[in-house]
Amino acid sequence: MIQRRSIIGPRRRSAMRATVAAFAVTALALAACAPGEDSDGGEEAAPSDIETNVADMGDITLTVWDQQVRGGQAESIEALNAAFEEEYPNVTIDRVSRSFEDLQRVLRLAIQDDEAPDVVQANNNRSQMGAFVEAGLLRSLDGYADVYGWKDRYPESILAHSSYSDDGAVFGEGNLYGLPQTGELIGVWYNKAKLQQLGIEPPQSLADFEAALQAAKDAGELPIQFGNKDPWPGIHTFGFIQNMFADREEIRAFGYGNPGGDWTDEANTQAADELQSWVDAGYFTSGFNGIDYDPSWQDFANGEGVFLISGSWLLADLRDAMGDNVGFMLPPVGETGELTVTGATGLPFAVPTEGDNADAAAAYIDFITSPEAMQTLTEAGELPVVETDQQQVSGTQAEVFEAWGTAGSEGALVPYLDWGTPDAYTVISTGVQAFMGGDESTEELLGTFEEDYSSFVSENSGG
Amino acid sequence: MGRAPCRVRTYHENVVSPQAPRVTDVTEATPVARTPASRARPSRQGPPGEPRRVAYLYILPAFVFFAGFMAWPLLHGFWLTFYEWNGLTLGTWVGLDNYHAVLTDPELREPFGHSLILVIFFSVIPIVLGLTLAGLMMRARLRGMPFFRTVLFLPQVIAMVVVAIAWGHIYEPDGPLNDLLRTLGLDDLTQVWLGDPSWALVSVGIVGTWVGTGLCLILFLAGLSKVPRELYESARLDGAGAVREFLNVGLPALRGELAVAATLTMIAALRTFDLVYVMTPGGGPSGSTSVPSYEVYKRAFIDGEVGTAVTVAIVLTAIILLVTIGINRFAERGDEVRL
Repeated sequence: MIQRRSIIGPRRRSAMRATVAAFAVTALALAACAPGEDSDGGEEAAPSDIETNVADMGDITLTVWDQQVRGGQAESIEALNAAFEEEYPNVTIDRVSRSFEDLQRVLRLAIQDDEAPDVVQANNNRSQMGAFVEAGLLRSLDGYADVYGWKDRYPESILAHSSYSDDGAVFGEGNLYGLPQTGELIGVWYNKAKLQQLGIEPPQSLADFEAALQAAKDAGELPIQFGNKDPWPGIHTFGFIQNMFADREEIRAFGYGNPGGDWTDEANTQAADELQSWVDAGYFTSGFNGIDYDPSWQDFANGEGVFLISGSWLLADLRDAMGDNVGFMLPPVGETGELTVTGATGLPFAVPTEGDNADAAAAYIDFITSPEAMQTLTEAGELPVVETDQQQVSGTQAEVFEAWGTAGSEGALVPYLDWGTPDAYTVISTGVQAFMGGDESTEELLGTFEEDYSSFVSENSGG
Repeated sequence: MGRAPCRVRTYHENVVSPQAPRVTDVTEATPVARTPASRARPSRQGPPGEPRRVAYLYILPAFVFFAGFMAWPLLHGFWLTFYEWNGLTLGTWVGLDNYHAVLTDPELREPFGHSLILVIFFSVIPIVLGLTLAGLMMRARLRGMPFFRTVLFLPQVIAMVVVAIAWGHIYEPDGPLNDLLRTLGLDDLTQVWLGDPSWALVSVGIVGTWVGTGLCLILFLAGLSKVPRELYESARLDGAGAVREFLNVGLPALRGELAVAATLTMIAALRTFDLVYVMTPGGGPSGSTSVPSYEVYKRAFIDGEVGTAVTVAIVLTAIILLVTIGINRFAERGDEVRL
């Protein structure tokens, strides 16, 4: 090594040493304070303080973040935004819309910012809304619910999906943190022409459904269209089969992250085995782990596949592509003997604590969930969460509304499986992907689910 | 020379004599420099650019940028690695637990293993291919060389996200690649490229090779063109064949370019994020394509484990630093040997 004569004089060297020392001291001092902030719960507006007259609020820009990117959803929200701006010319709506996946990823950071949006669509699950409530980043909407009468129009069970206790520990009761516009449920879309060709009626029981799948396979058709590259659709497919084996209460325990469930019990093992047998029999699209969700339902719309197990949110797009050829039916009744349907609401609209115009935000939420708004949603091909029986519908939309009505009246709705724990989304989506790809056994799959679920439950209740 | 006495007089105030050794110590020069007359003229003691402190003003703009966007986040991140924090509520001190986890938890070690495999695809193979192609192209008298050079370099110019989307489409089960295999009658070779745990990482790697080969090729072509023709001719006179010529004349001359190519491609391999995130979302089938940068993103923004995420990032930074130092040492040693 070549000897280098230091070009830094002695005075400069000691100055540098002093700076480094200062740095070190600062670093040690910072070690004493931890990152993040302690929350003291979300603020709640008392009914008497709430301003409902938007016209009197002066010139406001309302920033709204939504994930209504699909056909019918986009149409309806744009119509509602235009109507709101027309009624209140002093308000300008700055709408930012992203896909479901993208919104999930950016929301965390955005609502902590001082300039958080005024209204956001936040996923009800524990890793999003639950975590935000725990950190005090969402306003409680109880005061607004009283003033605007939301509790009269929305049934308790629907509001429960967006309710958390103050500290985010209990899901399903407590304060209201969001209000949804739409309902949604996972059912079976089917190609009417193909089903007719096969000479089958829409199957009502598990046995009939399996027979239909085999008949389709034998006739050279693709039984179930499926794309799981971004692995969240697998959560719904697994849930669909699980609903036919496990009882509603257990699934609710999983979905809300409450005690009382066991992933490794007989019913869930049977469900996982059933899914495996369907994969082995070749009922799903070949190479499904390499196909994304959107291309898969688009392929279904283009006539590839007899059945598509997905949500009612595809109504507008499928109706546009397939017209009356597409049908929607409730999941078949399985071993449990009762109808169980995964479904809840669309993403609720919430008000971040760091947003500026809380009262205007609440008035906006009231506007987009009003009876008139429910009509706009219906016309755009959506499933409104309340007052479905008051809408004029026909064709496939009527089938979706009927399914929703039946599920509601029979109390058959159970929450999504990824709501239950903060890690559930990652654990279940990647687990099902590996399982369906043949990389994990039933025991391994259910083992990881049970570990995540039970460790969360014990931490949450005991800890 | 009438003017000489004047000059001698002026110099006399600042310099002892023209033959005297130059004064390099500032402290000795100060008494003379303090006289007003000499202050008006540039000091002749020491190198030009006195006073030294002016230098700091020159580097200040760049330093502010560096401090704000690189040094501060790095230090802040380093501080975060000692905490367990979900990004929302108060964090808790955990000392070196995060580092321990990164070194021992198989879930956290696996992504680093995947990066090593990607290094082979992003770096080793493109360099070998680049050398081969450069050696071949130097000998050939092709018309339209600029056209070929442009086309081969094009993958470097396209944004990585666009590359990922295009290749994602190519790799689809019913996409162009499988179609090609079927047309050639190689049905058995068709795979679910991005959905099969055994093939996903290799598929990502192949895209990296496609992107990196052009860069290496251009670098080596430029390096080889600097080698004087006489060296090749003298090697030929000594009886060297084409391969020997390349190995003994071309290759040693490329040491600098090799270092650059190795540094750029290895860093690209270790840092890769957009390719993996767009082509194989969710960390790939059975987590087979998760890489450190994806782990950082997933743990920080989806799982809410910011402490672990930043620890992975810091460890990755350290690895990249060591790799770069290693490559530069290799290049420097080459210089010393030649001298």
